[in-house]
Amino acid sequence: MARFKQSKSKGLPAISTSSLPDIIFMLLFFFMVTTTMRETTIFVKIKAPAASEVEKLEKKSLVSYIYIGPPTQVKYGLEPRIQLNDQFATVNDVPEYIEQERNARDEADRKFLTTSLKVDKDVKMGIVTDVKQELRKVGAFKINYSTKKEVRQ
Amino acid sequence: MARKVPEVNAGSMADIAFLLLIFFLVTTTMDVDTGIIRVLPPPLDKNVDPPKVKDRNIMKILVNSRDRLLINGEPGNINNLKEKVKDFMDIHPDNPNYPEIKMEQIEMIGEVPTTKGIISLKNDRGTSYKMYINVQDELAAAFRELRDNLSLEKFGRKYDDLVLEEQKEAIEKAIPIRVSEAEPEDVGGK
Repeated sequence: MARFKQSKSKGLPAISTSSLPDIIFMLLFFFMVTTTMRETTIFVKIKAPAASEVEKLEKKSLVSYIYIGPPTQVKYGLEPRIQLNDQFATVNDVPEYIEQERNARDEADRKFLTTSLKVDKDVKMGIVTDVKQELRKVGAFKINYSTKKEVRQ
Repeated sequence: MARKVPEVNAGSMADIAFLLLIFFLVTTTMDVDTGIIRVLPPPLDKNVDPPKVKDRNIMKILVNSRDRLLINGEPGNINNLKEKVKDFMDIHPDNPNYPEIKMEQIEMIGEVPTTKGIISLKNDRGTSYKMYINVQDELAAAFRELRDNLSLEKFGRKYDDLVLEEQKEAIEKAIPIRVSEAEPEDVGGK
């Protein structure tokens, strides 16, 4: 008669953690693939408005951003300011910025360059219009008003 | 005699991976950029007069600094703006209250009536960006619905579900997004 060996309980066996690194690495790779690097520190408060007819912005490398909103720190004032790259700017700096962005791209890609306007929803149109006029002057016609997606009822 | 190689302790591997993971979580963003894509018109040539457009072909939308709408001289409402734009840009044969109709030969769909209507959007410098986006959104929705209608009629699918580029182009040609933005005015002040 076969007898099952009665295993004497010697305390709980240790849980193998050798696959834990693999799991974490998997998570790591997931995040590395799905996210993009933060490129600029944003000094202005931006609460994007919501819209339903939005399109996804393809090819992030071909997008240059213009941020407009009230500064996050009160010492920079309360009026909406324009931010280009990592610093505050004025409307007159926009053409130079676009030129810089163009030069940073391949010649073949330049005509696909999109300017994304990230504007706070409480900003008045005056400043936005000024920026748009500058963009028109330098020939950066393709623009994108950055908005959140909202489902229409 | 082979000596047994002692096993490398991999217990801290998880910690290292965690550190890396947290680093990436902090330095990267996941937000998908969405937005309304528009093409700005080239700057006006001062020597060339802007083309004359018949009054019946224009729908004038004004947004003032109080975010109120004026549609063709009458106070409007953002909630029915889409319907109004749709109605205006739709095909109404032989109706003098609506824009003129032109028959056009377009590849893939043949001869279709197209409207000569133009939406003219003008905003004040004091208009809030939120309102501006709302109006743009309503306009975009109106045009999308018109395109969907035509697309369903011609190809049996909605515009966004069209697979062939040629079909999309044909629909775009039949119903172009004709929104003209006038130079803004500073009436309402800040």
